[in-house]
Amino acid sequence: MTQTGLAGAAQSKDVRRPRPKRARAGSPMGRGKYPFILAFLLPPVGLYLLYMLSPYVQAIQISFTDWSGLTSSYNFIGFDNYVRMWNDDQIWTAVRNNLILLLVVPVLTLFLGLFFASMLNVGGRSKGAAVTGVRGSSIYKVVYFFPMVLSVVVVGIIFKYVFAPETAGGILNSTLSTIGLGGLTQLWLGEPRFLIWIVVVVMTWGFVGFYVVLFSAAMQSIPKDIYEAALLDGANRMTTFRKITLPLVWDTVQVGWVYMAIQAMDGFAVVHIMLGINGGVDGAGDVLGVAIYRAAFASSRFGYAAAIGVLMLILTMTIAILFMRGLRREKVELA
Amino acid sequence: MTHRTTRTPQSALSTRRRFLQQLAIGGAVVGPGSAFLASCATGGGDDDDDAAAEEPQGEVSEDNPLGVPTDQPVEIYIFDGGFGDGYATDIHQPIFSERWPDIEINHHAAVDIAGELQARFAANEPPDFVNNSGDGQMDTSQLISDGLVHDLTELFDAPSWDDPSVPVRDTLVPGAIEMGTRDGTPYVLNYAFTVFGIWYNKTLMDENGWPVPTTWAEMLDVCADIADHGIAPWVYQGVTAPRYMNWPLLTMATKLAGPEILVAIDNLEEGAWGHEAIRESAHALWDLGQKGYYLEGVEGMEFRDAQGLWARGEAVFCPSGSWIENEEADAIAEDETFELAMMPEPLLSDDAVMPLETIRATAGEPYFVPAQANNPRGGMEYMRAMLSMEGARGFTEMVTSFTSVLGSSEGVEIAAPGLSSAQAALNAAGENVINWFYTSWYPTMENPGIDQATGALLRGAADVDEWVERCEDVAREIREDDSITKQSR
Repeated sequence: MTQTGLAGAAQSKDVRRPRPKRARAGSPMGRGKYPFILAFLLPPVGLYLLYMLSPYVQAIQISFTDWSGLTSSYNFIGFDNYVRMWNDDQIWTAVRNNLILLLVVPVLTLFLGLFFASMLNVGGRSKGAAVTGVRGSSIYKVVYFFPMVLSVVVVGIIFKYVFAPETAGGILNSTLSTIGLGGLTQLWLGEPRFLIWIVVVVMTWGFVGFYVVLFSAAMQSIPKDIYEAALLDGANRMTTFRKITLPLVWDTVQVGWVYMAIQAMDGFAVVHIMLGINGGVDGAGDVLGVAIYRAAFASSRFGYAAAIGVLMLILTMTIAILFMRGLRREKVELA
Repeated sequence: MTHRTTRTPQSALSTRRRFLQQLAIGGAVVGPGSAFLASCATGGGDDDDDAAAEEPQGEVSEDNPLGVPTDQPVEIYIFDGGFGDGYATDIHQPIFSERWPDIEINHHAAVDIAGELQARFAANEPPDFVNNSGDGQMDTSQLISDGLVHDLTELFDAPSWDDPSVPVRDTLVPGAIEMGTRDGTPYVLNYAFTVFGIWYNKTLMDENGWPVPTTWAEMLDVCADIADHGIAPWVYQGVTAPRYMNWPLLTMATKLAGPEILVAIDNLEEGAWGHEAIRESAHALWDLGQKGYYLEGVEGMEFRDAQGLWARGEAVFCPSGSWIENEEADAIAEDETFELAMMPEPLLSDDAVMPLETIRATAGEPYFVPAQANNPRGGMEYMRAMLSMEGARGFTEMVTSFTSVLGSSEGVEIAAPGLSSAQAALNAAGENVINWFYTSWYPTMENPGIDQATGALLRGAADVDEWVERCEDVAREIREDDSITKQSR
């Protein structure tokens, strides 16, 4: 329980610092301090150890076994699962797809989120106020949030029919034909090279609304007089966005970016529902999450599934750390 | 406070229990919740190996050939899917209870079998009888190689429910026991009996005077005619399951060259998929795609959408098993005049070694008794009751599916036109019933393996040579994977 002890010590130091050097015995945080802190600290730390850390440790342990998930015993087989993973072409397809999701979905989502949010909050020009959203922004705000209200399962099923062939009720192809662009129709879900890009579109569509709301909140906390000053100096929308809005919401963008990247490493629900357990035609739309599910529940290889899970853990953590470091930028104080 | 969690030396991790004990000790200060550690995924119970040893047994007698303990409950799990669970509660359980009034049946119906039972297997406390079916079924081969499935030899050797002079073994259709056998030991009872073939829109065929093709040349003529009417000749199960087309593919090849080619495939022999007959058959199906005879856009469709379009008259031929009539019941009911029928696959050439009537039929819908069950004999006795003539007929009447009990569909009025045509085809086939086993021996070989190759063949992304190469690669992968237990026949 080293973690508990360390965390407790750190916490108590923080608590002590702002107080005068000689604490009086009768102060509210006096003698009963440690039991008090421990009582509040132990349950969350305990829950964290039990439900977060112990599964990680167990998963790593299982990844070195041949456990089928059905028995109560198993054998340790060293790095066999990792060797199998290295030689498994399907895993490389999944990693490639996860990387595509990781690079494209956050960029697209954050770009659109920032664009929409700034249009809604500071993009408009009206005579009365200097800083306002475009006309009808209160309606758009609600509309953008719609996808967030839908469950991923619903989103997956809807988009399966957006991309279905026209004869099976495909919405996209029907629309293309109706507006005279019949030449652009494709068997979207039947063509291996499209699959991952379809997932990109669906994930972006599903996430953008949340980031619009997140960035809107950040933008509303920017003092209006900054904008007014900029406008007096003759700045246009692009300049105010680049020089004022973006720097002042950068912290939020950074958080959003990390969060987005972690979500993009997942993609399980959308892929599983839209493309099926094999990752679609020729497995071309596979992602690691689906590969784990397949190994564990379709081929009864829990050991192998755990090994893929460890790979995913390493990738996700590396990315989170890289993003946190790479995006660090001078903080701007508002006041 | 203990520091063991973080200071545990690597070598001490080698035993699982010790590791968990240490975690539990480490967690003891955390709160009562940590006791769960010992019961989560890797925390085996203390009584791991005891369960199997004590198998409760009653007195073996003429009335009780399996020695069922007459006072202990039986816990059964039925997959609540296409067949529902009414056949169990309304037909089989009354038959069982009539003979064993003191045995309590704990009936459970589950849609996701693995979801409900996987943890119980891992904890060594499985039920006594499992209908391991549906999307959430557990991998039977893995269960067997993990030693979790009870040997059913005693059941099949026991006298049958209806006639003590005939053993259960002899009341089943040929091949039914083999389907559930691994390394010579029967483990799984496959109760339902499925007939495979090409299902066609009989209404359209009759209206337009199209003959039911018996050779591939005739098939192409009919297809050309159908296509001229603006209807798609063929449909298959789209992106979801192009592997359904493997069934006509392998069946036609077998009619051409004999059942030995299937043995080679099942035994994972090198070059099995490159056999001339299989190439010819694959070429025929590839050619349908080249001629544009598959429903437009089918390669991008969900299987239910594709089958639905077929049932609504957008296409004429569809490969499937005898469940399709149940599966598409809604679409079929939309049109009063729609009638479907099954035909055996046409002959690829005149010098085929097996007759046109040859069909693929197989026992399916698996039931097994877990080896670590509390009352495995009770589970086996329940199977014996299912296999009674009354139980089998009741099943066929209730869920419109055949059973693997010999003669159980005789005299049963089958109202469903599709199933009755399948019954006729089965009778016409006589001895010429074929099947292959690799799909159940090596599930991942069929799906995603061969499934993806055949998908590419049908949408024209691979030609016959590339298809053969991909199938051979899939077979090689299974052959060279030491972690997969191999079967042969």
